[in-house]
Amino acid sequence: MSDPSLTPIHSETPERPLSEPVLSVRDLIVEIPTRYAVLRPVDQVSYDIAPGEILGVVGESGAGKSMTGNAVIGLLDRPAHIADGEIWLKGRRIDNLRRDQMRAIRGKEIGMIFQDPLTSLNPLLRIGDQLSETILEHLPVSRAEARVRALQALDEVGIPAAAERLNSYPHEFSGGMRQRVVIALALCAEPSLVIADEPTTALDVSVQAQIIALLKRLCREKGTSVILVTHDMGVIAEAADRVAVMYAGRLAELGPVAQVLKTPRHPYTDGLVGSMPMASAGKERLRQIPGSMPRLGSLPDGCAFHPRCPRAETRCRQNPGPTLGADHGRAACWFPVGEVS
Amino acid sequence: MLAYIIRRVFQSLLVLLIVGLVAFSMFRFVGDPVDNMLGQERTQADIDRLRGDLGLDQPFPVQYWKFLGGAIQGNFGVSYRQGRPVADIIVERAPATLELAAVSGLFAILGGIGLGVFTAIRRNGLAANAIMTLSLIGVSLPTFLIGILLIYVFSVELDLLPSFGRGEVVNLGWWSTGFLTQSGLLALILPSITLGLYQMTLIMRLVRSEMLEVLRQDYIRFARARGLRERAVNFRHAIKNTLVPVITVTGLQLGSIIAFAIITETVFQWPGVGLLFINAVQFVDIPVMAAYLMLISVMFVAINLIVDLLYFAIDPRLRVDGRAT
Ligand SMILES: Nc1ncnc2c1ncn2[C@@H]1O[C@H](COP(=O)(O)OP(=O)(O)O)[C@@H](O)[C@H]1O
Ligand code: SF4
Ligand SMILES: [Mg+2]
Repeated sequence: MSDPSLTPIHSETPERPLSEPVLSVRDLIVEIPTRYAVLRPVDQVSYDIAPGEILGVVGESGAGKSMTGNAVIGLLDRPAHIADGEIWLKGRRIDNLRRDQMRAIRGKEIGMIFQDPLTSLNPLLRIGDQLSETILEHLPVSRAEARVRALQALDEVGIPAAAERLNSYPHEFSGGMRQRVVIALALCAEPSLVIADEPTTALDVSVQAQIIALLKRLCREKGTSVILVTHDMGVIAEAADRVAVMYAGRLAELGPVAQVLKTPRHPYTDGLVGSMPMASAGKERLRQIPGSMPRLGSLPDGCAFHPRCPRAETRCRQNPGPTLGADHGRAACWFPVGEVS
Repeated sequence: MLAYIIRRVFQSLLVLLIVGLVAFSMFRFVGDPVDNMLGQERTQADIDRLRGDLGLDQPFPVQYWKFLGGAIQGNFGVSYRQGRPVADIIVERAPATLELAAVSGLFAILGGIGLGVFTAIRRNGLAANAIMTLSLIGVSLPTFLIGILLIYVFSVELDLLPSFGRGEVVNLGWWSTGFLTQSGLLALILPSITLGLYQMTLIMRLVRSEMLEVLRQDYIRFARARGLRERAVNFRHAIKNTLVPVITVTGLQLGSIIAFAIITETVFQWPGVGLLFINAVQFVDIPVMAAYLMLISVMFVAINLIVDLLYFAIDPRLRVDGRAT
């Protein structure tokens, strides 16, 4: 056996996007200085997103999914900040832009959808006005035109009687309808990328699938790329093209959804896939990963997953797992599942 | 909504009746006006005659009933001290107090909201912190001390502003205004600041904390994520939500401005109803005192009513219009 610490695992060639990526995240590190230590909620995360691609980001709560998304759109709350790495949007570096330059990108180039539609909309403003103000901010149109576009946007997300609903206030909509309005708001200036941070987590189970389907359809039609953040593997299987699995701030695995679901390489992904009800149906392997994700302040030495990992060996306790670059292997693991070590 | 308004108006009337009763009955025990009105050489006959003239010999409910009946028609009886109808005296004095209260109220609202928003947006800035520290003085110093300090600095030391009175006033019909002359306007400055400072500080601190709370809300985050400018986020999205809870307190504060005017008017010898009230208290001039208290409570109740209606205007969630899904 050659020394794997020198050669990160290249088990299979990762599928590189064919065209120029819309977004490239390179070795992104987000840090939060606290009184006792500097926390790293995002640690050397790298990925690319192709035009029109839906990248699922999955992982337990606290894995750093939202932090990564917030870093990309430039909305990290102090004291969290980007400590290292680069973010490129359509060939332009955006992680070091001035505040007003980054603001102009938000909504126009990168849209964002938050978890809770009940609190995402300003309760005192008519939704038509909230749409118009966004359109007017980013597109060179008149008020009247903005109004027409607002109407279109509402219509597209499937709000019945959209013309009348422009004058409605958020509280006059149900939760599912409000999330449609939020999607309309995120897409109304036609961004090339949308970050949807758990867009269905707060919704009634019965409307979750509809919202995901709507998001997927709209982005396909417009060629918008999506970062779909979720902790639900089912949603990933349903909607995403590729999936990035995060654990304790790092990428554990990144690859095409079909491959990752069928042959997970990282033991953590393997555990996640194993606990999916669908996958377990025939295969009798419904199981939960034992233990829980360590807190940021008390990450174990070596691979952060080793206390929970069935495959952990001495090397795992001593060396942090290999970093998963955009052009490295699929899993950040010394002993990937399904490979002879 | 109409039903709601009617109900509120009805409640307001009830409150007024009770306040009137309490006020009127309390004054019965303050002292005996007859003692003051008649000199040392009074006879029991004099006393009885005066009591009869003033209606003080009648049973209490009758007196109250008469008082209410008169009050509704704007007739508050005759001042024991001046021997003139109370209504006339109050109409004469009201413009001074109302103009002072209006300017103080404006100062308190505009200053309070402006500084509150400023200190919230720049919450870590030097200026904001200085203002917050100074505001502690505003809430902790008693009104009369602020008035005296202002007089000392701006009238005595700098000799810039008058220390007492209204300056020249112009009569517009029965309304005497200080807004139309330079001396009238200058005379308003110190009393208005004195009267409004406490309220301004309260409003400012309230606006600041509400605004900070609002700025943490998801819809503000979403507004930023949509690329709206800071100006739009702060002034279109945040302020409106901040003002909803601020309205109530502000309304009540404006009511108390008129009530607090007593102290300011005394310090600045401002010829308004507050000064009138203080003089009336010294003289146990019950009709004047009762009329004053009734007017103040009418003011409070009216402000409360307006505040409730403002809620409907600003918050669509309260307007039930059947369109909700
Ligand atoms: N202000 C903060 N101070 C310390 N830790 C924080 C702070 N904000 C977030 N974190 C930590 O950052 C980590 C990543 O959070 P987040 O990106 O929201 O996770 P996810 O979206 O995957 O659930 C979490 O472990 C969280 O506890
Ligand atoms: S590096 Fe070791 S501990 Fe970490 S996931 Fe792979 S096998 Fe498990
Ligand atoms: Mg999250």
